[in-house]
This record gives sequence, C-alpha cells and structure tokens, in this order.
Amino acid sequence: MSNEVKHVKEEVNFQKNEQFTLTMMPGAFAKKLRTCLIFQFIRFVIINIKMIIVVGKSH
Amino acid sequence: MARLIVLGGGVAGHTTATFAAKWLGSEHEVVVVTPNAKWNWIPSNIWVGVGQMTKEEVTFDLAPVYAKAGISYYQAKAVSLNPEGSESSDKPFVTIEYTSTDKAGQSENIEYDYIVNATGPKLNFGATPGLGEGSELGEHTVSVCTADHAVHASEKLAEAIEKMKGGTRQKFLIGTGHGMCTCQGAAFEYIFNIENEIRKAGVRDMADMKWISNESFLGDFGMGGLHMKVGGYVVSSKLFAESLYAERNIEWLIGAHVSKVETGKIEYELLDGSTGEEEFDFSMLIPPFAGVGLKAYDKTGTDITDTVFAPNGFMKVDANYAAGAYENWKASDWPRTYQNPTYKNMFAAGIAFAPPHLISKPMKSPNGTPINPTPPRTGMPSGIIGKAVAHSVCDLMTKGENAHLHEASMAEMGAACVASAGKGVFTGTAAAMTVYPVVPDFEKYPGTGRDTDYTFGEIGLAGHWIKHILHFLFIYKAKLNPGWTLIPE
Repeated sequence: MSNEVKHVKEEVNFQKNEQFTLTMMPGAFAKKLRTCLIFQFIRFVIINIKMIIVVGKSH
Repeated sequence: MARLIVLGGGVAGHTTATFAAKWLGSEHEVVVVTPNAKWNWIPSNIWVGVGQMTKEEVTFDLAPVYAKAGISYYQAKAVSLNPEGSESSDKPFVTIEYTSTDKAGQSENIEYDYIVNATGPKLNFGATPGLGEGSELGEHTVSVCTADHAVHASEKLAEAIEKMKGGTRQKFLIGTGHGMCTCQGAAFEYIFNIENEIRKAGVRDMADMKWISNESFLGDFGMGGLHMKVGGYVVSSKLFAESLYAERNIEWLIGAHVSKVETGKIEYELLDGSTGEEEFDFSMLIPPFAGVGLKAYDKTGTDITDTVFAPNGFMKVDANYAAGAYENWKASDWPRTYQNPTYKNMFAAGIAFAPPHLISKPMKSPNGTPINPTPPRTGMPSGIIGKAVAHSVCDLMTKGENAHLHEASMAEMGAACVASAGKGVFTGTAAAMTVYPVVPDFEKYPGTGRDTDYTFGEIGLAGHWIKHILHFLFIYKAKLNPGWTLIPE
C-alpha cells in the first residue's frame, strides 16, 4: 500500500477552518469552466437573455 | 408652466429628472437639486477601491448633461420642505442650501408644483462610535461608498500590499459596520476583489481575511436570501455564498453588530448576545443608511417632519406601515406609486422612500440590539421606481390631478445584480444573479417566495463581462448620449 499523499488542491481548504468543513467547494472542472472562453460565451448569452426577461417583467 | 423639483441626482433622481424632462419638453420646468457636482456610477467604485479604475472613469460632470436636457440644476442640498407653503403664500416650496464653491452656505426657497424626493441615504457613519462622525468617514477604516472614499481605500490597500511584500502579515476585515446596515453586496464585492488583487500581487499567503456582517446567514443580502436551481436542486444562497468564502479562504463572522471602532480593532455583539473583539490592519465597513435629515413645516411653520417622514428619516409613501409582526408581512405591504399619503404632489424614489418593514427576518440579540439587514433599494429597483414616478408626475402635470399613477412594486419587480469577484478580461469572475421578485411573495410563490425560473446565480467570467458592459452602458445612458432611452434601467 502506497504512503503517497493524495493532494487535491481544491479540497485542502476544507481543513483550514471548521466553517469551511460544512460547505461545498468547486472541483477542478467546475473552476475551469468559470474561465473557459467557449463555455462562458454561451453562459454570457444565456444570462443576458434571462436578465432581459427579468427586466422586461419588471417594467 | 408647472415646475417639478427632483431632490437628488443619483440613480433614482437622475432617472426621474431626465425622463421627466424628455416627456415634458419645454412646456414645463424640471429642476434638479443635488449637492454633488458629479454623477457617480457607484457599482464601479469597487474597482476604484482596488486601484483597477480611476475616479474619473466612474464619474462625470452633471452640469453639461443637465444643460443638454434642459434641466435647471442647483448644486445644493435640500434642507426643508414646506408642502403647504407659508403664511403669505399657498405655493409649496423647498429650502435649499448651496454647496457649490461660489455660493456655499447661501440659502434659497424654490417653489414647486410637484416634488420627488430622491435624496438617497445619509451615510450614517456616526451611528457606530469610531466609525465616523455624522456622515463623515472616520480615520480607522475605509469606505467605497463614494468615489473619493474608494480612491482613499485604494491607497490604503496599496500600502497594505507593500507591507505584505515586505514580510508583514496583514489582517483584512471587511463587511458591515452596524447591526442595521444594508448594501452587503458592495462589501461582498470588495472583499473578493481585494482577495483577487492580493493573489495577483503574490502575497495571498501573507493575508488573513475575515468577513463580518449583520446577516443572520451568509447570502442573506438584505433580501432574506434567495433560492436558485443548481444541478437539479433548488438551493439557498447560503450554500452558494459559503462555498465562495471557503474556496477563497475567507472566514466569516455573521449576525454581528459592530458596536465600536478603534485603531486596528473593533468591538462587536452577536445575535446570541455574546461580545468580542476583532483586530485588523485594513478594514472597510459599510455604514448604516438613514434619511438625509430633511425637515418639513406646515403653513404656520409648525414642524410636521413626523407626518412626512418615518423615524429613520425616509419619506412615507403608499406602503402599509402597520403590518406589525413578521408573521403578518405581505408582499402587498410594499408601495406601488411612491406617492406621499398626506401631500399628493410629493413622491419619493430609490433609497429615499421608507420601506414598510425589513425583507429579512427581524432579529435581536438577548440584550435587545437589533441585528438584521435593512432592505436594499439600490441599482435596478431605484431606476425602475424613478422612471415610474417620472411617468406619474408627468401625467399629473399634463393630464390633471386625477391622472392614473404608474406602479412599480418591489414585490413585482426583479433585480439583476452582478457582484464582481475579481477584475480581468480573461481571468475575472463575477457572481451574476437575478431575483424575481425582490420582495418575496409567499402567497404567489409558496415555498421560496420567488419564481425560481428567474431567480438564479452563477459565478464566472461571463458575469465579469456583464458587469464591465453595464459600467459603460449605464454611464453612456446617464450622459444622455444618443439612444439612451433604449437602455433599460
């Protein structure tokens, strides 16, 4: 059995504070999507459409 | 010719005045009384506060814009209202005191036919000992409430970053400076922008960061939180917010009333009644808001301020101020026309109107200290209310006093909120959120109080692009450049 430490960058903060232990944290894929240009362009279009609908319903 | 006076030149006042001037043309006069010489796109003050924008990028001179719109502009602050006129005249008037350098301190009475109070808030730093005096920021903390405050905050942040580069750890404490604050969103943006900047500067490991706020749970935002659909679940904004703080390694202290501020230290009381202290090297604490302190007098000169204004200084409008306990609160308590119930030619828009009650659940510590966020009325709701009020006043002026009043209830209106979490064209992120409606309606939407098809939030680069575009779009609109009326509030 290997004694190698499995260090997952996105998970280390869970241990830093008791408050952090009880919440959810994004993994590498979710974080990558936040700045992925193609995905974010699609989200940009969708969010804008949703916001325009909300603006329209508010006037 | 009738005269409309708009008190205030912020989002609500500027929207009211510019639309009224457009719709009324030269038939009637529109007057703006505001103590400021410049218009400020306040949401971008966050980026000024971290040195990513200059003051000039978020402000512009009001005088040429009002000249272009045919609006009479007085750089002055309103002091008192006489809605019944004086003993010598029935004509209502407002007393103003000039703030421009050439007439500073001089007073004048201006008569009106209709008046819209859009004075915004008094930044009540003086409510917390040590946070400031009256509406003046103190020496112990910084603020991003005005462009000048944000410039000062940016300088202090740069100093803190230099200290960290020199090997000195810094403790950052950001949040709300009183148990009755609103505008948690601005502090939320600021702490994540600071975190982003110090990470870019390569000194994140030298910084201890802590959030302190009067919210009873993270993600309340003065709206009682919100629920949104994520990954097939409907989840509370609490989970959404806590996740972001944990991811960025920012601790939180919530349900906190800051009771005293000193150099490098605050004292606080929590909802459970316990007290404590928190040290800091750099702190930005949002002050509570209050009305600007306008007085009102009747025809004989008797003080009727209590008739026109609520105890917190905001103007009474067509809201239900007798809703009583939290269990009795309804969406219909919220105002629709923003007309003063006593004086029908008087309206309030934006932060200046007195809300009927909180949106978040009211809470007190065992010592009786109220610790709960007050309702947000900034940004999109301010603009929409300002436009509806302009519509109503224009109809009253052109069609007569029985004209139909336009409505814009915050219980039927949504709001888009884009909270920056770091600036950068390809690396920036922001939480893009919409809520519909702002004030939850549990009769119409049992369960969450809101339509979860239109209440959502997500973090990403797209949100940053939207925030950046909104910055240019709203400044373009406020300058009344071609096509400005096509840009929604």
